Amino acid sequence: MNPVNYLYLSALLFTIGAAGVLLRRNAIVVFMCVELMLNACNLAFVTFGRMHDNLDGQIIAFFTMVVAACEVVVGLSIIIAIFRSRRSASVDDASLMKW
Amino acid sequence: MIETSSLASGVVLANEGGGGLHSVAASGAYSALWLVVGLPLLGALLLLVGGKRTNAFGHILGTAMALGSFAVGVLMFVTMLGKDDADRSVDQHLWTWAPVNEFQADIGLHLDQLSVVFVLLITGVGSLIHIYSIGYMAHDENRRRFFGYLNLFVAAMLLLVLANNYLLLYAGWEGVGLASYLLIGFWQHKPSAATAAKKAFIMNRVGDFGLAVAVFLMFTTFGSFDFADVLGGSASASDGTMTAIGLMLLLAACGKSAQFPLQAWLGDAMEGPTPVSALIHAATMVTAGVYLITRSAEIFNASPDAQLAVTVVGAITVLFGAIVGCAKDDIKKALAASTMSQIGYMILAAGLGPIGYVFAIMHLVTHGFFKAGLFLGAGSVMHGMNDEVDMRRYGGLRKYMPITFVTFGLGYLSIIGFPLLSGFFSKDKIIEAAFAKGGTSGWILGAVTLLAAGLTAFYMTRVMLMTFFGKERWKEAPAGAPADWHEPHPHESPTSMTGPMILLAFGSVFAGGLFVLNESFVKWLTPVTGFSHGDLPMSEWAVTGMALSMVALGSAVAYVQYARRDVPAVAPAASLVTVAARRDLYQDAVNEGLVMRPGQYLTRLLVWFDNRGVDGFVGGLAAFIGGTSARVRKVQTGFVRSYALSMFGGTLLVVACTLMARMA
Repeated sequence: MNPVNYLYLSALLFTIGAAGVLLRRNAIVVFMCVELMLNACNLAFVTFGRMHDNLDGQIIAFFTMVVAACEVVVGLSIIIAIFRSRRSASVDDASLMKW
Repeated sequence: MIETSSLASGVVLANEGGGGLHSVAASGAYSALWLVVGLPLLGALLLLVGGKRTNAFGHILGTAMALGSFAVGVLMFVTMLGKDDADRSVDQHLWTWAPVNEFQADIGLHLDQLSVVFVLLITGVGSLIHIYSIGYMAHDENRRRFFGYLNLFVAAMLLLVLANNYLLLYAGWEGVGLASYLLIGFWQHKPSAATAAKKAFIMNRVGDFGLAVAVFLMFTTFGSFDFADVLGGSASASDGTMTAIGLMLLLAACGKSAQFPLQAWLGDAMEGPTPVSALIHAATMVTAGVYLITRSAEIFNASPDAQLAVTVVGAITVLFGAIVGCAKDDIKKALAASTMSQIGYMILAAGLGPIGYVFAIMHLVTHGFFKAGLFLGAGSVMHGMNDEVDMRRYGGLRKYMPITFVTFGLGYLSIIGFPLLSGFFSKDKIIEAAFAKGGTSGWILGAVTLLAAGLTAFYMTRVMLMTFFGKERWKEAPAGAPADWHEPHPHESPTSMTGPMILLAFGSVFAGGLFVLNESFVKWLTPVTGFSHGDLPMSEWAVTGMALSMVALGSAVAYVQYARRDVPAVAPAASLVTVAARRDLYQDAVNEGLVMRPGQYLTRLLVWFDNRGVDGFVGGLAAFIGGTSARVRKVQTGFVRSYALSMFGGTLLVVACTLMARMA
């Protein structure tokens, strides 16, 4: 199969993720969309690795996964903390601005 | 090299400077010289720092310090008498104040025939006035502070006349200005006194500016502040420089000695307690200008232009003061105007050069006696008259205050130049010296001094008649008197007040005679100031005769006007000249019009410029930044998603730019 199709898929996934981050209010969903974007990037990296016949893309994909795992841990704890204090997981409610 | 001689050992640096002042290091009895300044300074420190703890004995301590200083002064004088002319002047180097390369500021004292005269006058009259103040200020709760200030004044004045360089002289000069300010405003709860103190201080600053510039000029020209270097080098400097220094010194003298055009503060200075008026604003501080000019004789001798300016200032002031004195109803202001006029005589004489220096100082000393006596007499009268100062509310007081009457009367006879009294000799000599200047200017100055002698006789006779003779006008309540007005009960003052008045009266009577006997005063001062007879265009007897006729004329007019007729208890309407004189010849109006108003306009302009120009720019900048920030602030919405959007936007922009760079 033509590897470029993977790139199209990657772009599609990234767009869906970005739209989700920008449009959804629920922090969990926003978070999941962030993961979607990360994975779209991973797919692009791996595809490029394949297309150029080297392992750099795959190595970076592994790094991204490690970082994403850490980020999930920290991010979820923050979301839970906010939810506990404010009884809401909406990202818009988290604004503390006075005006 | 830094000279680190200690005070106690009296080890001193011999001043070998060339020129006008040859002097040797102080040794023997002279080594106590620093005590003359030190004692009153110590008294001032104890009384002002000690605070209320010294309330009980403050007046005794202050007086003791003044008397101690006088005793040391007498010791100095006696020691000096025992030496030859050549060895009489001494220097005492105390310590080096600020040694910086070329710049040497020393604390050192210089005693010679001129300064010892001042030391005796200041400490002698000063001590008498301290004693007088014990009685006069007996009921004032701040008496201790008063004595602290008096001691401070005496110390500063002694520093002024004993300094051996112009920088230290300047320190003393400022010191007496400060003491004068503190004492004029001693009753600062009275707004008039507080204002008068400020007025005196500010007008003095104008003069002090002159002295400061003169000192700067001396340093740039001669590289030193020492009298020996400056006066010794005066022949070598250019005429222009000497004239500049001379005129600046004259400005200084005008400020401190209340000479035209800086005379306006002296009348208001009478708001201070009367002993202050007697000591500071009659006998000593206001004569500092005469000292300054006489001390700087070499500078003025080198600059005829500056000398001419000095005589002009003196001539204007001598008439100005006399005219104002003729119309004043406030006894102290009349005496203040008289002081101004008499100091005008001294300044005029000092401007005549070697012909007049000696007589300027002689008149200064006799004036110190009779004017201090007159002021103390005025204080005694006020003391017995519920602090009334309006002479129209006096009259016939001779029966009630015999001692005050006699001492005041002797001072009066002395000041108008009654034959054989102190004032007669000293004033007559100045008139002679004015004529002896020669040329047209000599005739003009002579005529001015003669005219002023007549005016002096007029206004002093007027004071005398209105106060001690005539109807007892104080018995009737004044128009618009408060409901609790009660008739004053004139009475003689206590001994502590009459004693000093009696001693000063002796000085007023005999000092002049002693000075001219055998020409002793001239011989005494000649080594310092120089002396020349000038050439008198007529005989001395003719001058004396003219002066005496002017005096007789002035007294006679005053007699006709104030003894033959009743004095109205309220000042009557009078001619334009009298009204002008009552208002000090509009000196305040002139000052306000020429200086104060333009100053206010300038200040307002600057304030406007500051508000609109400077503040406008700074404020505009702040408003611009504030406004921009307010707009930029809106970007921070607090919504995570909008931040994310801007992040996406930014990323897209970066990607687009990168792509465009690649394509190009």
